[in-house]
Amino acid sequence: MATVADLRYGQKGIIKDFTEHTLPIKLMELGCLPGNSVELLQIAPLNDPIYINLSGSHLAIRRSLAELIELDIIEETQAK
Amino acid sequence: MSKNINVALIGNPNTGKTSVFNQLTGLKQKVGNYPGITVEKKEGICKLPRGVKAHILDLPGTYSLNTTSLDESLVVELLLNKNDKDYPDVAVVISDVENLKRNLLLFTQIKDLKIPTILVINMADRMSRKGISLDVEAMEKKLDTKIALVSTRKRTGIERVKELIADYKSISSKPVLDPTRISPEYFDRLKKTFPQEDLYKLWLVITQDVNFMPIEKKRIQDATDFSTKSKDELKKLQHKETVLRYQLINNILKETYKVDFMAAKGLRASMDKILTHKVFGYLIFFVILLTIFQAIFDWSGYPMDFIDEQFAMASEWVKNTLPAGLFTDLLAEGIIAGIGGIVIFIPQIAFLFLFISLLEESGYMSRVVFLMDRLMRPFGLSGKSVVPLISGNACAIPAIMATRTIENWKERLITILVTPFTTCSARLPVYLILIALVIPEGSFLGLSYQALTLMLLYMIGFGMALLSAMALNKILKIKSRSVFMIEMPTYRLPLLKNVVYTVIEKTKSFVLGAGKIILAISIVLWFLGSNGYSDDFENAESIVTERIEKQGLSIYSKNYIQNNVASYRESVEAEDLEPSILKDSVQVLTEQLSERAVAQEIASYKLEHSYIGQAGKAFEPIVKPLGYDWKIGIAVLTSFAAREVFVGTLATIYSVGSDEEETIKNRMAAELDESGKPLFNLASGISLMLFYAFAMQCMSTLAIVKRETNSWKWPMIQLGFMSVFAYIIALIAYQILI
Repeated sequence: MATVADLRYGQKGIIKDFTEHTLPIKLMELGCLPGNSVELLQIAPLNDPIYINLSGSHLAIRRSLAELIELDIIEETQAK
Repeated sequence: MSKNINVALIGNPNTGKTSVFNQLTGLKQKVGNYPGITVEKKEGICKLPRGVKAHILDLPGTYSLNTTSLDESLVVELLLNKNDKDYPDVAVVISDVENLKRNLLLFTQIKDLKIPTILVINMADRMSRKGISLDVEAMEKKLDTKIALVSTRKRTGIERVKELIADYKSISSKPVLDPTRISPEYFDRLKKTFPQEDLYKLWLVITQDVNFMPIEKKRIQDATDFSTKSKDELKKLQHKETVLRYQLINNILKETYKVDFMAAKGLRASMDKILTHKVFGYLIFFVILLTIFQAIFDWSGYPMDFIDEQFAMASEWVKNTLPAGLFTDLLAEGIIAGIGGIVIFIPQIAFLFLFISLLEESGYMSRVVFLMDRLMRPFGLSGKSVVPLISGNACAIPAIMATRTIENWKERLITILVTPFTTCSARLPVYLILIALVIPEGSFLGLSYQALTLMLLYMIGFGMALLSAMALNKILKIKSRSVFMIEMPTYRLPLLKNVVYTVIEKTKSFVLGAGKIILAISIVLWFLGSNGYSDDFENAESIVTERIEKQGLSIYSKNYIQNNVASYRESVEAEDLEPSILKDSVQVLTEQLSERAVAQEIASYKLEHSYIGQAGKAFEPIVKPLGYDWKIGIAVLTSFAAREVFVGTLATIYSVGSDEEETIKNRMAAELDESGKPLFNLASGISLMLFYAFAMQCMSTLAIVKRETNSWKWPMIQLGFMSVFAYIIALIAYQILI
């Protein structure tokens, strides 16, 4: 199962319907809802945290949190 | 109408809420703390049309009413308590035009509390650049509210906000979402149990486990089966609520808000590529750091010298003008010196906050947090601890004030506790004079030993901060609910007004907050240093005069006079004075100098027999194993007020006429211990430096820690632990090196 942590530079995904309610509410309020898109913008040195565009909200989150968000990767980009 | 309208400004972080606040209130604002906690409370007065006044409260930024931090729970607490004197007659929700969807989530929650709510859409000047078009009228209808399009940068729209506030009675307070839609079964049951209560408010009280007012909490205790039924169940309902709200908002925005992505231009992507780059990102950060250091160490030196001079002059003037006596002494040496000791920090604090607020306003600070987070994590810290820790290398006071941006209480506490280990600028004069005294000249790989020592001391300080953070992370058992998540706002040019206000505000809060304590302790120290109980102290003047009559001035005083005369001769050499005139003026100078030397010797004798001097002697057995004598002991003791006092105290004890480093250094170098060897040698020098590196010798920092943690517990732990640790390390160092 792919999660936000699996995204590569510039890749996008659509958040899946989640049954697990482990996600912090704050993340949902910032736009982490089923059907919304996530794009990976940057990865910090040492691979963590990651910088994403979560349906318009630009956020940095840690990998441990990103692993909880399941998605379908929709766009294969030529990774730079 | 005499009653002011109570207005609460509410909004997400980074929406320019503070700019709106500044434009509404101008300088008529007051920054304080909420009682009992250290969340900043900003309020101000705004004049509205038709002679009405509004009391504006700028609430902490929050994404929603589901709280995760102290600041956020405060917002909910206020909005649920109708009896609070700040309870708003009207709420103004500030949102930014780009993230309208997310901002509306908070808006609908506020509106559901049945408070008349105005929507301010800020940063309207960005609309065309971002390809955004808005149908304000339609949106007003759909949201059942009034909207003001504002640009704080272009200063447009604020008048409309004022008018809407003045006219708040016509604003609808009808809720948006019917809570029973979240779960009909659950809410029906709630309604049956609490028929008197408002369902949505009840729901908030149940789901938010923050410290609500005792009454509210008690009333709801009967509802425990509603809250503890199942935490998971509740969370599921909260998710449901969020989804419902977003559905509602999406429907509204579909018809009223359009973004033409083709027209959108953004600097963000390209700037982020450079500023968060794996190599350039760090390089740029490093250069910015260097600039900040340069400002704090170098540029602030000029105003600091100026302040120092002014206070010395004021003190001198008081002594010469007022009749001699206890009161004059208290004023000149206690109070004026004490205030001077506070004011001297202002340039550094102002500079640091100037930079911090520039970095924050521009959006760069979030990028630093992003870059540094992973590096700080092994130490129990997060990216947000970086700025305080680095600022600590200038001064721990503004650094500890800067920890307020860390939401996670455990991380914030650890950062506060370890910051004083970093090498603040007050340690610098102590290091410089000791290094010059005990570290031999010479170089290693082109770097002088002295410079290397200084660098090493900085590294030891920073390393110790990280190590103790790691230890504290293991020891402290504090549960923190908040998750690391930081918004990366768009880059923007900082608004001058906001920057200036921040600098003024922070400086004021330091002067008023820590200032009182510093002043009090300075007065106590002055008292202890200028009073004694023994006959020796009482008769200091006659004893010293008698001694000088018998044995002449001490060798140091003689040197002092000689050196000054010599430099005077040198300075007038070019003028080719007539020998007789030169002779006369030298004579006058010598008289003046010896008068001062006698006064200094009396002062020195007095200090030796004052309470502090006696304490120093009593203290000697304790500091002896570290290689210090009672005089250094006094200097160390008085340094607990502030480290930089070290040099000044030694100057007084050695009765050197000036604070000039060179003079004091020579005097220190000449000091011998009992066996006739130099008192300041490699062993005692290094032991002293290490002591200063680790000991918590700064009452201003203690005062600020007390204020930020709201208890004496943490500053006392800091004082105790750091000082004992410093003692042990200094002891080991001296015993090995001797």
